[in-house]
Amino acid sequence: MAGCGGQGDEELLVSAAASLAGAFAEIEVAFEKAQPDVDVVLNFGGSSALREQILGGAPVGVFASANTSNMNAVATAGQTVGEPRVFAFNSLEIAVPAGNPGRVDGLDDFSDDGLLLGLCAEAVPCGELAREALSNAGVTAAVDTNEPDVRALLAKIEAGELDAGITYVTDVAAAGGTIQGIAIPDEVNVTAEYSIAVLAGAANQQTANAFIDMVLSDEGQAILSEYGFSSQ
Amino acid sequence: MTNRRVTRRPPALVLLLGAVGLALFVVPLAGLLWRTPWSDLPTLVTSSMVTDALGISIVASVSATVFSALVGVPLAWLLARVEFPGRRLVRGLVLLPLVLPPVVGGAALLFALGRRGTLGEPLYQQTGLVLPFSIWGVILATTFVAMPFLVITVEGALRNLDERYESAAASLGAGRWAVLRRVTLPMIGPSVMAGLVLTWARSFGEFGATITFAGNLPGRTQTLPLAVFVALESDRAVAVAISLLMVVVSLAVLIALRERWWKVL
Repeated sequence: MAGCGGQGDEELLVSAAASLAGAFAEIEVAFEKAQPDVDVVLNFGGSSALREQILGGAPVGVFASANTSNMNAVATAGQTVGEPRVFAFNSLEIAVPAGNPGRVDGLDDFSDDGLLLGLCAEAVPCGELAREALSNAGVTAAVDTNEPDVRALLAKIEAGELDAGITYVTDVAAAGGTIQGIAIPDEVNVTAEYSIAVLAGAANQQTANAFIDMVLSDEGQAILSEYGFSSQ
Repeated sequence: MTNRRVTRRPPALVLLLGAVGLALFVVPLAGLLWRTPWSDLPTLVTSSMVTDALGISIVASVSATVFSALVGVPLAWLLARVEFPGRRLVRGLVLLPLVLPPVVGGAALLFALGRRGTLGEPLYQQTGLVLPFSIWGVILATTFVAMPFLVITVEGALRNLDERYESAAASLGAGRWAVLRRVTLPMIGPSVMAGLVLTWARSFGEFGATITFAGNLPGRTQTLPLAVFVALESDRAVAVAISLLMVVVSLAVLIALRERWWKVL
């Protein structure tokens, strides 16, 4: 089957954190324009789930993780080629359904038992960071569900089933009108550091490196900043 | 007719294909056993995450089975014994959860019975009851996925039942309710039990509809399959231990009941 990049006879499998879905879809288009022979296939999921797939032997060419610990686990297992490179930063925001029916106005509301609240599961970067921010704010959260990745959490907030959740700034920006964001003060907020590396399982290391170059290029960085990621 | 059941070598091709089929079940199990951290097993399976999830799994799967018996057997009886227009369509609808991806079932439940759902919203406004993120949500999601196993088994048994027994009882003066209770139900008893076992087994292993509709919270909605899923990404030894626990519990139930009820299937 021909991919979206034309008659690509070479396939590059890129496993990327779920929060990168929008930006990487656009980077894929830019990359395939520059390298028409390559068909980039994107595999999105929680970084920890992607890590397990890679450690389990999935033939992935490039891994883009939402935190450094999952990347380090892959590197320690000898699965990366060269040093992983940090390529983007993200921070957290409280996400509520449009209209904010639960009248949430800050992290303090996460201790309210009367509200339906969600976080990402602890093993996923967005869950780990959210718990860090809550503990920075001194809040013991009364959580109702730990979702497997940030997309699953967003879906339940969008549906109005949850009154609030903690997601990335970029997710709120991408959701458009269905989700409203409530800023988390800088003193308690945490930064997610996204890193990317070529994997030993890459069918063609050169192509994999070229993809990473595209992500780090001005064009790639412009796309990432369009989606709300920062470069420092 | 002469007795043809002489022990003979089976055709090589059948033997080969059958062995491949068996390997498909045995190889993953062997992989699980291979990875099992035997010495840490007692500590792992008695951790609070595992015992909490086991408790919720038992409560949810048994409740779903009881609820399925309560409404599924009458539904099977109606489908087998009452002619009504659109019966084929209804039968198709009842069996739909068997082929539908459970995640789709969970999403459909959320749209209908979630706090903002078509029926869920008035329910919430009238009673304050929220089904998602509660044990009721887990029971509902597992019942949705598992009940068709009971309906299909019981309906099949009713269709194969010789109706002359029921007619005879009726002609001897038994009322419709008495016939159902004294003749029909005892005759299809083994099938009902087999259907209940299948329903329980499917409930015990339910994942997709549960996490989509009821979410995932340890001690409230996290069943064993959800705990495996979470543990796979944080602590693989725990994931393997829970998987083994599920295999043992499921096998024990299926084998224990096999002698009595299972063979009718």
